[in-house]
Amino acid sequence: MRDIELRGMFSAHIILVLSIVFSTLVPSLFLDEFSVTGTHLLWLCVCSATVSAVTIVLYLLLETNPTSSKKNSPSSKVTKIFRSCLLFFISCVIFHGILVLYGAPLLVSFRETFMFAVLLSTFTTLRCLCMLGPNVQAWIRVFSKNGAMSIWDTSLQITTICSLFGAWLGAIPIPLDWDRPWQVWPISCTLGATLGFTISLVIAPLWIYWHKKHLTYKCR
Amino acid sequence: MMRLRSSLFACCGLLGLLFGMAVFLHGFFPSPLKSFGSAKAKVSEIPGEPALGLASNWTKLPSPLFGKVVIMLVDALREDFVFGPKGRQFMPYTRHMVEHGSSLNFIAKAWPPTVTMPRIKAMMTGRIPGFIDVVMNLNSPTLLEDNLIWQVKSAGKRIMFYGDDTWIRMFPDHFVEYDGTTSFFVSDYTEVDHNVTRHLDNVLKRSDWDLLILHYLGLDHIGHLAGPDSHLVGPKLNEMDNIVQKIHMELLSKQGETTLPSLLILCGDHGMSDTGSHGGASSHEVNTPLVLLSPAFRKKDSFTVSEYVEQTDLTSTLALGLGLPIPRNNLGCLILRVLEERSLREQFRYLHLNGYQLSKLVQESIPTYEKDVGYKLFGIAQKSHGSWIKLYFEGNTSETLANLGKKVLRQYLDALKLMSSSLSKIVAQYDMYSMIMGTIIVLEVILLLIVSTPDALGSTAEFEVPLSAAFYSLLFYLLCLMLTAIHIIVCTSTKTSCYFCNVSWLLVATVIVLISALQCVLISTLWKRLTNGKPQHKSCAAANSSWSELDLLLLLGTFGHTLSLGSSSFIEEEHQTWYFLTNTLLLVLFQDVCRKYFAANDLKSKQSKNPEDDDCHEQQTAIHGLFETSSCDQKDDTSKGYTYSGESYEKWLTLLSPWIILVFCRVLRSLNQTGIKWAHKPDFGHWLTSSSHRTELSILAAVSLFLIFILVQRTCSTVSKAALALGLVGIYCYRAAIGNLTFPWNPDKHISKGIIEARFVYVFILGILFTGVKDLLKSAFAFPDTTTNSRGLWEMYNGLVLLAALLLRPHNLPVLLFILVVQLILTKFIWRILDYDAAQITIIYYWFGQASFYFQGNSNSIATVDVSAGFVGFENYVELPAVFLTLFSTYIGPLLWAVHLTCYMSSERNRYSAAVGHSCYCLVLLRAIPASVYIILVTSLRYHLFVWSVFSPKLLYESMHTLVTAAACVMFTAMDQKRMITILKK
Ligand SMILES: [Zn+2]
Ligand SMILES: [Zn+2]
Repeated sequence: MRDIELRGMFSAHIILVLSIVFSTLVPSLFLDEFSVTGTHLLWLCVCSATVSAVTIVLYLLLETNPTSSKKNSPSSKVTKIFRSCLLFFISCVIFHGILVLYGAPLLVSFRETFMFAVLLSTFTTLRCLCMLGPNVQAWIRVFSKNGAMSIWDTSLQITTICSLFGAWLGAIPIPLDWDRPWQVWPISCTLGATLGFTISLVIAPLWIYWHKKHLTYKCR
Repeated sequence: MMRLRSSLFACCGLLGLLFGMAVFLHGFFPSPLKSFGSAKAKVSEIPGEPALGLASNWTKLPSPLFGKVVIMLVDALREDFVFGPKGRQFMPYTRHMVEHGSSLNFIAKAWPPTVTMPRIKAMMTGRIPGFIDVVMNLNSPTLLEDNLIWQVKSAGKRIMFYGDDTWIRMFPDHFVEYDGTTSFFVSDYTEVDHNVTRHLDNVLKRSDWDLLILHYLGLDHIGHLAGPDSHLVGPKLNEMDNIVQKIHMELLSKQGETTLPSLLILCGDHGMSDTGSHGGASSHEVNTPLVLLSPAFRKKDSFTVSEYVEQTDLTSTLALGLGLPIPRNNLGCLILRVLEERSLREQFRYLHLNGYQLSKLVQESIPTYEKDVGYKLFGIAQKSHGSWIKLYFEGNTSETLANLGKKVLRQYLDALKLMSSSLSKIVAQYDMYSMIMGTIIVLEVILLLIVSTPDALGSTAEFEVPLSAAFYSLLFYLLCLMLTAIHIIVCTSTKTSCYFCNVSWLLVATVIVLISALQCVLISTLWKRLTNGKPQHKSCAAANSSWSELDLLLLLGTFGHTLSLGSSSFIEEEHQTWYFLTNTLLLVLFQDVCRKYFAANDLKSKQSKNPEDDDCHEQQTAIHGLFETSSCDQKDDTSKGYTYSGESYEKWLTLLSPWIILVFCRVLRSLNQTGIKWAHKPDFGHWLTSSSHRTELSILAAVSLFLIFILVQRTCSTVSKAALALGLVGIYCYRAAIGNLTFPWNPDKHISKGIIEARFVYVFILGILFTGVKDLLKSAFAFPDTTTNSRGLWEMYNGLVLLAALLLRPHNLPVLLFILVVQLILTKFIWRILDYDAAQITIIYYWFGQASFYFQGNSNSIATVDVSAGFVGFENYVELPAVFLTLFSTYIGPLLWAVHLTCYMSSERNRYSAAVGHSCYCLVLLRAIPASVYIILVTSLRYHLFVWSVFSPKLLYESMHTLVTAAACVMFTAMDQKRMITILKK
């Protein structure tokens, strides 16, 4: 059971990684001056759109959360989707706020900062929404100590922490006087977040595999 | 064996570190008086013209080229203010003269440190001042070295001076007439210049002077106030242009009376960075215009791009132009363009004089001068010069003479350049011996501190120092002998004038004994630790080795920051590091608070299931876990039994508090833009200080002072409450008196120095401090109880807050408010809910202290030191209080946090036993680790391009910070002592 689940997770994660690679490479076939650093805003849009699309499609195909697969009335489904959208938007705003608190300019590169917040939300909040539903209690449970109840929860922990940590690390080269194009706000941070997310997608199944014996999930 | 409390041990360690750093600094910064004495160049020592075999008739100094000379020095005149678009717009006359008049124009490069006094020194002595001169900038002692002004005066010429009184302090009794204006009231930029200009009409009419020096400060003040792009710059440049025109016209009209042509020099001492400050090495700070206007020069027909010269080149040029010997220590090369209208023979003669002076200097200061390329080339050039003279005397006018002439010229110019550059390298020569000795002491201290960390953070906060054992060991005497031998060998073998070889034997003996003793103590402590084996809590550590996010962040941040000191950009932008770390810290605190409140229900059941695990967790806090010791802070039961069901009001306030601090941090971050990369960005500080926003600034200051009162009065006795209120009102009056703020009823008061108001505040500060000391003494000797003790401590703290409020510029008062608010929030909410141990709290305090340091607008460049704080309440410069006040005002942030830590820890004694000792030890470690690592980094990077502009100022900042921390630690130790006395008496 566990191995099948793990294999499923691995393939899902590989698809996500491929989607990120595609979002970086494919647009340059259609657009002449597309590059990650040059047209950063566009790349951010494409990347977050692709990743979110792939995440939602994967979620619909896999139905990772068994509790949510009970029969739902259409009206409750609609409210759930609405709640999810609202939470996603709120998370974007919160991320934007935190970025500004970290010193991002308030007005100058507003769109870039906001798109960075959207990207971070795609990497973290959207996955939470897909796997746990718009249920904040469940989120708190997953992210508190020893709160993971399935390998999906563990992978969620790993990807979230890695994406945020990647973004955090990405801020470090900004003050250096190398004058490279990628040092401009927020490129190094977005790249860091993307890199962290990509790496965590690969690492998460492997980590779970290696720690199979230590991971014991209590059932509620 | 000697039992020491960890606070006392830490304090001694820090003092030892400070001593080591002092030795290191002496080696690192070439002392200005070391290599150059006060000997002066004499006319009798002037060499004759080299003439091969023949006796030249030209053995005397050449006669002067210029008659009257006017030096118009405009402080902080940037190169593009004259040669750039601003010059075209606002300095039409100067621009016209530069483009079409008989003028020469250059871009003179000022060496960093680009601060006024070293620059004046450089221009007058021709020597590049050592970095330590910047520190001396504060009290500008008399210039004893050979300099242009002395030469002019001793030649019997009359000098007049108007402007910055730095000159008058540097050259006392050199000017026949002078009027100084002080440069420390930066807010005034019209009066300082009027004070200079009002003498001009009178002086220009007279003819009883030979050299007139004008130093205009207004532009520099505008730069400091509003930056280079402010609307004030244009009119000021225009004013300067009119003065140039006036002087030039007057000089030209007098031209008929004298035979010699006059000379007007327009120059700047340094430039202005994009924020308007100076001190660094950015191109805008380094490049200054140098315009020479004289009828002796060829009339130009078109504007050519100015060539670069060194600022020191002016010295030799001016000395020769006035027919004087070149100052002995001059490193500058003659600007040949000045002589372009003269005959070749004269040009050679001047070049030879300059070269001769430089070669003399090379001989004196380079032990292996025979091998110096420039020196050798000069010898060759002298020979060729001789043969040229020979040909010239023979009346040869053929091609060979011209060709030889060209060759001589080229050889001379190259030789001058080479000798000058090898001499300027000498200035930056390090005294490796002292540096190594200092580094050894520092390293031994830090290793000892690290090795004894487990003991020092143990439950008793006491441990044994094997001091007596060290003194009886053979190793100690062997080390002493060996070091003495090394000292003798080093000092006798080389001719280099090591600082360390020139100090008294007593100091050398102290250093040697200190090093050997530390080495022995270190070895025996290490031995003891190794033989004692691992502590028994290892199983516990293994069982619960996971660190909390906070511990991880604190360790990562501390070591990350220390490593970042190896990069010049991270030093320049260090504030970013601290803002980043404190921000993350606050987010982690928020997460901890959240976990405490929301996940509490889950954890409670888990904890009750596994009491042993819980116990282990209590004992094994991560900082201690790092050194595998048992934790000792027995937390009070009340904190553990904190009821989560309590008022939801307080819960939400606690949850909100990290966000409040975060928003406050974000606002303060845009209060002062510091560093290099983003320093030009607009900030609130500049907006507030610009003269059009005085009302807003006044309101802000009044509100801040009021809030400071509200926050501080909680811990005050009634009497000091009144004193505090009066003191804060006095601060507002002081700022209004010196023109920073306004009273709503009296908006246009005339500006004074505010001496009375400031002294009024000082009285209250001293009063409050005195009450505090009285309480402390009372608690120590008469009535040993903790309440009096902590009351006394808080009084002291409040006194320091009042002093800080007085010294901080009004727009920085929110920083003080921030410090107080955050301290209140942390003590009232966060510490109560989260059981952090003393080490964690100390690190958090240190981080906030660092962030506050940069919020205040400080940076790692000398330019941001607010010297005006040293003059608050003083008529003129008094060394001791000025240094103390400047140091205090610079380190308000770290100091207030450290003192608050002392107060908090000693008032919460029943909660954290032995916490005073622990936090003191941690504070010392936190300071010692970056300081010692930085010393090693700076030694390895001493030939880095940015060593003078970035690494050296940072070294000074690090040592000053260590000094300040040492002061705080002495207070800490005293508090710890009190505790012992109290316990003994009981
Ligand atoms: Zn200046
Ligand atoms: Zn200045």
